[in-house]
Amino acid sequence: MKRLLINLYRVVLALAILAAGVVAERTGLMELLSDPYEYPVIMELFIQHLYMVTVSMTFATIIGLAAGILLTRKRFRRYAGICMYIIGLGQTIPSLAVLALAMSFLGIGTKPAVFALTIYSILPIARNTLAGITAVPPELIDAGKGMGMPPLKILMEVEIPNAMKVILTGFRVALIINIGTAALAYVIGAGGLGDLIFTGINLMQTDKLLAGAIPVTLLALFADFLSELLGRVLISRGLRLSD
Amino acid sequence: MSTLRFIVDNFDQVLYLSWEHVWIVGVALLIATPIGVVLGIVITKHDQFASKVLNGANILMTIPSIALFGLMLPVLSIVNMGLGKVPAVIALVLYSQLPIIRNTYTAIKNVPPSLVDAGRGMGMGKWKLLRELEIPLAIPVIIAGLRTAAVMNIGIAAIATYIGAGGLGVYIQQGIARVYPEMIMSGAILVSLLAIIVDGGMALLERLATPQGIKVQRKLAR
Repeated sequence: MKRLLINLYRVVLALAILAAGVVAERTGLMELLSDPYEYPVIMELFIQHLYMVTVSMTFATIIGLAAGILLTRKRFRRYAGICMYIIGLGQTIPSLAVLALAMSFLGIGTKPAVFALTIYSILPIARNTLAGITAVPPELIDAGKGMGMPPLKILMEVEIPNAMKVILTGFRVALIINIGTAALAYVIGAGGLGDLIFTGINLMQTDKLLAGAIPVTLLALFADFLSELLGRVLISRGLRLSD
Repeated sequence: MSTLRFIVDNFDQVLYLSWEHVWIVGVALLIATPIGVVLGIVITKHDQFASKVLNGANILMTIPSIALFGLMLPVLSIVNMGLGKVPAVIALVLYSQLPIIRNTYTAIKNVPPSLVDAGRGMGMGKWKLLRELEIPLAIPVIIAGLRTAAVMNIGIAAIATYIGAGGLGVYIQQGIARVYPEMIMSGAILVSLLAIIVDGGMALLERLATPQGIKVQRKLAR
């Protein structure tokens, strides 16, 4: 029975790949991709997309981590609750609205898009950094203190490694939201793969539409995979074993 | 200030678009909830499928919304439904699956085994255990999942205006197209406000749905 199911699964998978190939041919996607004039355009939009995502994620990771760590220090800890609340409110604002607001203050182009993406990605990273460090068992910190660690060393060697799993979840959420929102950045004139999707929808050109939608989807799935890989590298072995 | 002026001047339209927005999200949730809860319960009973179903829902969630609309468009246009509310609702149903399934699964998994044993000792069958013990105890967490799904869906429904689904996203889309900051602002504010109100409403529902026994237990623990 199980054998049969596995075989069935394989046949369905093979048929699905075949069907995808037929669809790609029929909708003219293959033709579009092999067109010597269209191909560089698609590549350029792809690179533009990657550029927006990397730049905004770099800023967002630095700012989010810093904000999260600062809010768990003794001096700022009493603001942590209210900051968490504000971040929660900020996350209810839809991504499209954040982009649109950035446009109405900063104008059109790549810069406001990167700004909006940065702001929007800071929220999950800061939130998870804060939550992760707060959830580190106090006895571990006490043990660090007992060993004579200065606060900075406690942060680097006890708090952050123990919070890493939660921080990485925040990073992953931010990255995936970021890739999806960067596809919307076309509407404020920032280009990216959204260009192909929106043009495809507006002109009902399936080939263009798929040439934009498929790479964005693959990019998001790849980012998901990459963050999982990052977990393998960044989370210390002892913590992984205890799971 | 001029944003407020815009909202007051176009109040009828604001109401209509808000209603449209709520309608899309509401219908999607109504369809998604039974599917997600049933799937969640099924995978607690057949644990070998759990990781597969959760991974599948996770992959669905990973697909960017505008790309999902794009991928569905050629498929649905075969039956002449590529644009409009139908693909929007389908996308929202797909996106809701992960929070609903995950919360149902963890909630039912976290029902204390001693209680299940007690139920079994009282002669409850599988169905009765589920109906009278596991589901009532799990309901607050399931509603928390619905809450996550609802807030997320309100944001995604704003994007669905680009495939002609209507809703409050229309103000953002039209505002960008006409470079009309008041329109953009009112769209953004109204969508966020809607999300915050729904979030608060669901939080209240969560509290109301918590069984009396659990509340007493929590009070005693404090």
